[in-house]
Amino acid sequence: MPDLIEKKKTEAVAVSAPEKPEKARSLGSDAWQELRRNPVFLLSAALILLLIVITIAPGLFTSVDPRAGDLRNHYLSKPSYGHLFQDDWFGYDGQGRSIYARVIYGARASIIVGTCVTAAVTVFGGLLGMLAGYFGGWVDTLLSRITDIFFGIPLLLGALVVLNAFTARTVWSVVFALVALGWTQMARVMRGSVITVKQADYVTAARALGAGTPRILFKHILPNAVAPVIVVATIALGGYIATEATLSFLGIGLQDPTISWGIDINSAQNVIRTAPHVLFFPAGMLSLTVLAFIMLGDAVRDALDPKLR
Amino acid sequence: MGRYVLRRLLQMIPVFIGTTFLIFVMVHALGDPVNALFGDKAPDPAVAAQIRAQYNLNDPLWLQYVKYMGNLFRWDFGTTFSGQTVTSLLATAYPATLKLTAVAFTIEVVFGIGFGLISGLRRGGVADNSVLILTLVVISIPTFVTGYVLQYLIGVKWGIVPATAGDPLTLQSLLLPGIVLASVSLAYVARLTRTTVAENSKADYVRTATAKGLPRRRVVINHLLRNSLIPVVTFLGTDLGALMGGALVTERIFNIHGVGFYLYQGIVRQNSNTVVGFVTILVIVFLAANLLVDLLYAVLDPRIRYA
Repeated sequence: MPDLIEKKKTEAVAVSAPEKPEKARSLGSDAWQELRRNPVFLLSAALILLLIVITIAPGLFTSVDPRAGDLRNHYLSKPSYGHLFQDDWFGYDGQGRSIYARVIYGARASIIVGTCVTAAVTVFGGLLGMLAGYFGGWVDTLLSRITDIFFGIPLLLGALVVLNAFTARTVWSVVFALVALGWTQMARVMRGSVITVKQADYVTAARALGAGTPRILFKHILPNAVAPVIVVATIALGGYIATEATLSFLGIGLQDPTISWGIDINSAQNVIRTAPHVLFFPAGMLSLTVLAFIMLGDAVRDALDPKLR
Repeated sequence: MGRYVLRRLLQMIPVFIGTTFLIFVMVHALGDPVNALFGDKAPDPAVAAQIRAQYNLNDPLWLQYVKYMGNLFRWDFGTTFSGQTVTSLLATAYPATLKLTAVAFTIEVVFGIGFGLISGLRRGGVADNSVLILTLVVISIPTFVTGYVLQYLIGVKWGIVPATAGDPLTLQSLLLPGIVLASVSLAYVARLTRTTVAENSKADYVRTATAKGLPRRRVVINHLLRNSLIPVVTFLGTDLGALMGGALVTERIFNIHGVGFYLYQGIVRQNSNTVVGFVTILVIVFLAANLLVDLLYAVLDPRIRYA
């Protein structure tokens, strides 16, 4: 047996040696070359960058306190629109608060929920999917059945039940609820991807060279199986932002001292007939954010899928 | 075929038990239903004890679940805290939601596949690009925003269809909620159909069919579309459950007293019997839809046979 491994080792070296000088580009750098020329990617990346800046430093965009209400500014006594980038730009809401300031400060909750949920779901679901796909057998059966059980409960419904138990709901309770029920999709995608990758020759080669299981999993399988997960994660990020807004809209998401587009849309629903702009601006920003992430996901998928090239 | 269905049905049992137990635990473990019933006030100890005894709330959680499941098989879903039987709620709620889902599902299938086919056949054309942009916009705007905007514009301002769907539910009043409920899924179906149709339109069998002189209509519908439908049908199957869950938002906007309406009430009041009962039926629908999808594969592609 040791002879055989030794032989394979020398063979592998012999095969790979002459190819060295060409230095082929990796799938990642290939995708990056493709992305740099894609206008959809550039547009969505610029939008997301802007949103991240708004999240980190909302003070750069407005100097008004988003929670300060002045009833003299009620939407019935002030015209709907005002001066560019001033606090009256988007008009005022039912409590005389600047809608522009609220839209700017509302980005934080959405971006934090979106990124944290996606990161946690990708790590947790990805890990379970990888274990199920790599080990197969009873590990796969057990993990897949658990995934099926969680998959049977719709995300919105389950999140409502979990969140209803919290009396004081913060951004983190929303993140917890969405992660607890949202990881199944990533686990399924990762499992399928790992099952295809683990049959590849280079995995057999790595095992023949004596690589341990963790090394095979993280150095050989993970980099080659992660592309579909990245695509699904990018598109899902927009979905999580929309779900957070839906939960806040239903009244079981974030609560009032927190500023969120979903809460503002919820309080605007009753005045849509008299002051549609109170609904329009938070809803517009929410849609724009979701759109940016979906476009980014589309562009990344086109770049990572070699079949379309 | 029969044995395959039987095997699938048996495989459903652990998933069914797991999912119902999970929702049971979530409703019970995450808060005291008796406290939720009394809101901010502290309940009278004697009343609280009486309620706990009546609803088996003193038993350990697994025993409550076993008792609940035992009753379920006798078609007894228990009663809500206000004394109504859950079966009577189910009987009023499910027909309404089924009607709404049927309208939405029809819209989703007809327009989703239609737009996808048009777009996939003329890839890169004007129709294709407008379908791509439109679906992207529809996917990005959350359902509750679409719902309010369409309700305001079409229902209130222009008065083309009723703004809310009261009792009795007519097809006309369900049209607008149906469109709103279907919109996001419709966009996904259109995009999925477009991709598979565009991929398959270069396939050898399509060229063969064209070369042997079949009319284009027959090539497109019998050869191209039928072969492109498998991923679409898969999506539609899983989406049926999502549609019934999505009714949570749509039914609230359009004032339809269906599954979403009662589920929301049940969750807010932590009325475990209502929530678990409604979700149980949802899970059954979801599992049945998935089985149906697998059986449809064999209809669409004769090479797939279930022994």
